[in-house]
Amino acid sequence: MTGAAADLARAAKAFPTLLTIGFAEVVAYRAEFLVWILTTNMPLVMLALWHAVAEDGAVGRFDQPKFTAYYLAILVVRLVTSNWMAWQMSMEVRDGTLSAKLLRPIHPLYAFAADHLSALPMRLLYVSPIVVVLLVTSWGQIAGHDARVALVLGPALIGAWLLMFFSMVLLGTVAFYVDSAMGAFELWLAVHAIVSGYLIPLELLPPWARTVTDVLPFRYMLAFPAETLVGLVAPAAALRQLVIQWVYVVATAAAAIAAWRAGVRRFAAFGG
Amino acid sequence: MSGPMIDVAALSKSYRVHKRAPGIAAALRSVFRRRYETVKAVEELSFRIAEGERVGFLGPNGAGKTTTLKVLAGLLHPTSGSVRVGGHVPHTRDPLFLQLITLVMGQKQQLLWDLPPSDTYAMNRAIYDIPRAQAEDTIRTLTELLEIGDLIRKPTRQLSLGERMKCELVAALLHRPRVLFLDEPTIGLDVSMQAKMRAFIRDYNERFGAAVLLTSHYMDDVVALCPRVVVIDRGRLIYDGDLRELVRRVRPDKHVTIRLSAPVAAADLARLGKVVSADAGQAVLAVPAAQASAVVRDALAALPIVDLTIEEPPLEDVMRELFVTRAPDPTRTTLS
Repeated sequence: MTGAAADLARAAKAFPTLLTIGFAEVVAYRAEFLVWILTTNMPLVMLALWHAVAEDGAVGRFDQPKFTAYYLAILVVRLVTSNWMAWQMSMEVRDGTLSAKLLRPIHPLYAFAADHLSALPMRLLYVSPIVVVLLVTSWGQIAGHDARVALVLGPALIGAWLLMFFSMVLLGTVAFYVDSAMGAFELWLAVHAIVSGYLIPLELLPPWARTVTDVLPFRYMLAFPAETLVGLVAPAAALRQLVIQWVYVVATAAAAIAAWRAGVRRFAAFGG
Repeated sequence: MSGPMIDVAALSKSYRVHKRAPGIAAALRSVFRRRYETVKAVEELSFRIAEGERVGFLGPNGAGKTTTLKVLAGLLHPTSGSVRVGGHVPHTRDPLFLQLITLVMGQKQQLLWDLPPSDTYAMNRAIYDIPRAQAEDTIRTLTELLEIGDLIRKPTRQLSLGERMKCELVAALLHRPRVLFLDEPTIGLDVSMQAKMRAFIRDYNERFGAAVLLTSHYMDDVVALCPRVVVIDRGRLIYDGDLRELVRRVRPDKHVTIRLSAPVAAADLARLGKVVSADAGQAVLAVPAAQASAVVRDALAALPIVDLTIEEPPLEDVMRELFVTRAPDPTRTTLS
């Protein structure tokens, strides 16, 4: 077996234990975790805002029920796919705690991925009431569309998770060069909020801006799976966007791994 | 394996560090023009360590010890020179290499803070792919040797420093590494805990034939564990050899401690050797090693002696003398 394949096999074998331990850590931090979840409330603020705007009539094809469905879907996708890799890498590079991961015989990115995946059950637990509200308030919206779109939803959510993960790794590698990636992360967050569909449904943007957001990777992290979840995309468009999303996943993963390799050469293991 | 377990040849490691003067003006200037300093942490360092050998790695603060250990453990890329550990190039971090070594840093820990150490052990068992029976056997053996028992089931954050350090050692040794890099493993521990830790490291070394490279500011650690020492100062090798020979070279005298039944005149003591300390009941004399027996004979004949011991000077004194006599090296940093 080659180095990368052997790495993957070793990581796959260790993964169930890593997930179990990661879950135990999430449970240990459950109160803090809940507070963090509660801070992700911007889609609800935006929902209230657009709900008021749509009181006198639909905005584009968005009437009040569509806004409700859209923002609840955005909230669900955001809570399921977001991660704190850039923050974690920034901290671990800065204070040298990354050393412990570098000394283990599985690639640190597998360990980071396990950390984040192990938080999913707890996230789903917190997300489930929102899903119930979404189903109750928007069932007509969700069930009234082509069922083939639902087939895209699973791969779209997995793609969104991976795209977010590798984007955050890429941002986190900035810490190898300037000691902290938090400035780059804040900038990324500001851009992401506008062009990912987090604050405004992208189809309400001017046509030129929509062209830009279709090309950038951000919509494939959030708006695309959310729109798929509530049936706002036609089957052909959903499939096309899924392909674009996965091209971005592969490209971002390649860039993140290359940046990681280059960055680790500069790692000074401070603090030891 | 044939050949040395650790082979370091002409290793150099430099860092580029941002440098600015204190104050707001300097801070503003540094926004537009940054000054960097290249610090040569390690220069042309060479040594070899055989399988099963225990070696003390000594030097004052900032000498380059930790940097060298990090290069040997694969955390840092050398600037130049070659390093091999167990036949592997460390900075490639081949999983086979990482299974061969462990790095224990007294001020750092790998234990999961909010979970019991037993969870860290479970994680390491999975990561190192250790068969369950072997892992359980190793944990049982190590916890017995370190007398930690049920502590491994308490959350790490609730353990004392000494307990954490012992649990940390179990985590670091679970995969039975054949090379131990120990950086201040007894820092912050009380005297009895230090003694237990030393006994444990020696036992592990003898049981598994592991090579040990140890840095410590507690010279008792070095005396108890390391027949050989590698000494560096300002990144350069200044001694590599037998510990007792180093002591003889730097401080060729022995300390003769005399307990007296009655006060004696200072001049009577000075006639026998250099008086290191003296009070009414006890005096310590420094005498050349070759004359020690003659001095003892004369002292017994001339003074009211209750007890008398002959010792090497403390290693702390030897190291202090070794480093104090060396001049600063202006070429170690360069500005750019």
